[in-house]
Amino acid sequence: MVDKIIIENLNLQYADGTESLRDINLHIPANAVTVLFGPAGGGKSSLLRCLNRLNDLTEVKVVSGRILLDGVNILDPKTDVIALRRRVGMVFARPVVLPMSIRQNLTYGLELAGEKRKSRLDDALERGLKLAALWDEVRDRLDDPAIALSGGQQQRLCLARVLANQPEVILLDEPTSGLDPISTGKVETALQELKKDYTIILVPHSVQQAARTADYAAFFLQGELVEAADGKQLFTHPKQKRTEDYVEGRFG
Amino acid sequence: MHRSLNWRETILTAVIKTCGYSAIVFVILIFFFLLREGLPALAEVKLSDLLTTRWYPIENHFGILPLLTGSLIVTLGAMLIAIPFGIGTAVFLSEIAPRWMREILKPLVELLGGLPSVVLGFLGILLLSPFLRVFLDLPTGLTALAGALLLGAIAVPTTVSIAEDALDAVPKSYREGALALGATKWQTIWRVTLPAARSGVLTALMLGIGRTIGETMAVMMVTGNAPVMAVKITSIFSPVRTMTATIAAEMGEVANGSTHYHVLFFIGLVLFVISLAVNIAASSVVFKSKKRAERVLS
Amino acid sequence: MKRRYSVDRFLVQRLGVSLITLVAFLTVIPIIGVFGYIIAKGVPALSWEFLTAMPSNGMRAGGILPAIVGTFYLTLGTAIFSVPLGIAAAIYLAEYAKENGLTRLIRISIINLAGIPSVVYGLFGLGLFVLFLKFGTSILAASLTLSIMTLPVIISAAEEALRAVPQSFRTVSISLGGTRWQTIRKIVLPQALPGIITGVILGLERAAGETAPILFTGAAFFLPRLPGSPLDATMALPYHLFVISTQVPEMPIQIQYGTALVLILFVLGMNLVATVIRSRARAKRQW
Repeated sequence: MVDKIIIENLNLQYADGTESLRDINLHIPANAVTVLFGPAGGGKSSLLRCLNRLNDLTEVKVVSGRILLDGVNILDPKTDVIALRRRVGMVFARPVVLPMSIRQNLTYGLELAGEKRKSRLDDALERGLKLAALWDEVRDRLDDPAIALSGGQQQRLCLARVLANQPEVILLDEPTSGLDPISTGKVETALQELKKDYTIILVPHSVQQAARTADYAAFFLQGELVEAADGKQLFTHPKQKRTEDYVEGRFG
Repeated sequence: MHRSLNWRETILTAVIKTCGYSAIVFVILIFFFLLREGLPALAEVKLSDLLTTRWYPIENHFGILPLLTGSLIVTLGAMLIAIPFGIGTAVFLSEIAPRWMREILKPLVELLGGLPSVVLGFLGILLLSPFLRVFLDLPTGLTALAGALLLGAIAVPTTVSIAEDALDAVPKSYREGALALGATKWQTIWRVTLPAARSGVLTALMLGIGRTIGETMAVMMVTGNAPVMAVKITSIFSPVRTMTATIAAEMGEVANGSTHYHVLFFIGLVLFVISLAVNIAASSVVFKSKKRAERVLS
Repeated sequence: MKRRYSVDRFLVQRLGVSLITLVAFLTVIPIIGVFGYIIAKGVPALSWEFLTAMPSNGMRAGGILPAIVGTFYLTLGTAIFSVPLGIAAAIYLAEYAKENGLTRLIRISIINLAGIPSVVYGLFGLGLFVLFLKFGTSILAASLTLSIMTLPVIISAAEEALRAVPQSFRTVSISLGGTRWQTIRKIVLPQALPGIITGVILGLERAAGETAPILFTGAAFFLPRLPGSPLDATMALPYHLFVISTQVPEMPIQIQYGTALVLILFVLGMNLVATVIRSRARAKRQW
């Protein structure tokens, strides 16, 4: 399997100097669902935010290490972060719909890039909605305010919004934590379809979700990468005791 | 596409940054010009002469003490009115009045805050001072008292607005806790809610004071403009002159660059420094309110 | 014994509440009285002629057109200078500035600008704009003076409106590949606009009613013509009211009340517009 992203010797620190992530080495395969899981405070969200350089907005600083996207280090100061963020999209834990219509939400990313042609925008919009399994539900009310959608629909809209931007990698930070089981199921199903064309990196909100969706899984505990392996294998026969204890629910 | 975006954005960011610093620039500029035109007064008139009790520029008497006491007595009088009425009304609106009444009365009070002070001065001349003259049997109604009443009226909306916000910000749980322990509503207000809102209420008062010290037109119109020392209690019933009214009244008649001109700027400098001091004191009593803009607005 | 105690407490309660209520009404009733009185006395003076004619007979007859026009020009001039500068400064504080010493200095400066007495602004305007920059007593000098005075009001209101926009919008915009300015331009500013406009209007309303800053910088006692250029001096409503109520002997009382009423209507009209914008925006908000 080809690696889409390679993380080498990554060390992260909070503004006050305390360690966030210690010496992370991880290979993320292309066209698969990679799951980063573990108890709260493990550094998973911080790592996720490094992958699209969103950590530039926060207090978390990269102390050392490289992150290679298709072989190019994205932590290099000369990186075009705008272009990077188009290639690596993100869905957040709470659905954040922009205060505009559904259509405008979807075309927002492309408009930022300067795309004005209506045909292109409409195509991208439709493609994104179909991939997020939302097309049938909203096709007749694209110009309604996005805030009118239900929670589950809003989150799928956020996913569609990222997809309309034509990324290569999709990061999802506990995307279903506020959603009911049916909506959660829809999102998980969509991810299985999406992985054929995209690289998916997911921080799940439960071990069960991790086990359901992972092709490849990495277990984080208090800033350390304990173990990373093929999904099926990690959850049935973990090599490390700590991994086994967490997966079995002995702590959390 | 991307490169041109970067270049335009850099210029815009620089412009915005410059505008951000502008407030500092203006304060320095104001201070500088006041110094420029006001310090020569110290060269032309000895400091000891400035601190005398006779203000009669025509004969070169530039004692500013009567003006200082004039401002002081009017401000003090105004605060004596603004504090009970301002805080009382704030307490009423926040703790006692039913919701619908509050929705009507609060905008009404804020409406008073928007009234130009010259209109209040106008009414002061036409209504208030004749009333005071008759009611208190004085030779004239244009007195420090009239000024204090008007200034109180001007300071009340500011005080009410901020104090009411401060009281409103006190968590419901405080009041409920007190009531659950058997306190009456009155006791709750005085022993729990008001102390909890202490910093906001103090801020409200300081800003009210600030507004009062700086008021010009209303006092100019009703205080009688007599630069006499106002140091007895009964002085409140006599005409006085404030620093602000002096500048406003006499600036139009002075020759540029004359001693009188410089002394008026010097008084302006004194006012600037006083307001600086009050503001620094007020901001050290920190009150973070979501309605910060309205505080500055009133 | 217990019973006596609770009777005492409730008596205090009733007295206290009555006292506070009395105080509140003593505050509110005069406010209604003031407005009512001016409206009652001023309305008879209002006529088309009053609003559109020039003053005559030493301002004891005729209309107050030049004062109305003058106040309008001054308000416009103030807006031209203070609104772009104020909004830009607010954007800096809300979107760019880090919380460090320099930013604190800016905030202290804004608070100080807000507290400076209006007559001191007049002196400053005289020193800088009228004399040093040689603009003379003019609409230009007066507007510039009023704008610096209005600046803190606009900056505070605008900053607050910008900060009220949820941070999550900015994060999403950045994550989709937006630059900071694109985010401000496309999302933050449009969402903050109603709040900003409200603050601007309230600030301009203050400026329209001020007399002291324009006393030595732009106000004229009487002008036979309407001002023709920004370098002309002008009459203005607040100054006009001051003049006709204190400087002109035998001024018909009706004209005084009429002028006061026009000034109040001008100012209150702006207040009303601001309030309407604020409540409509709150209703239409999509967050």
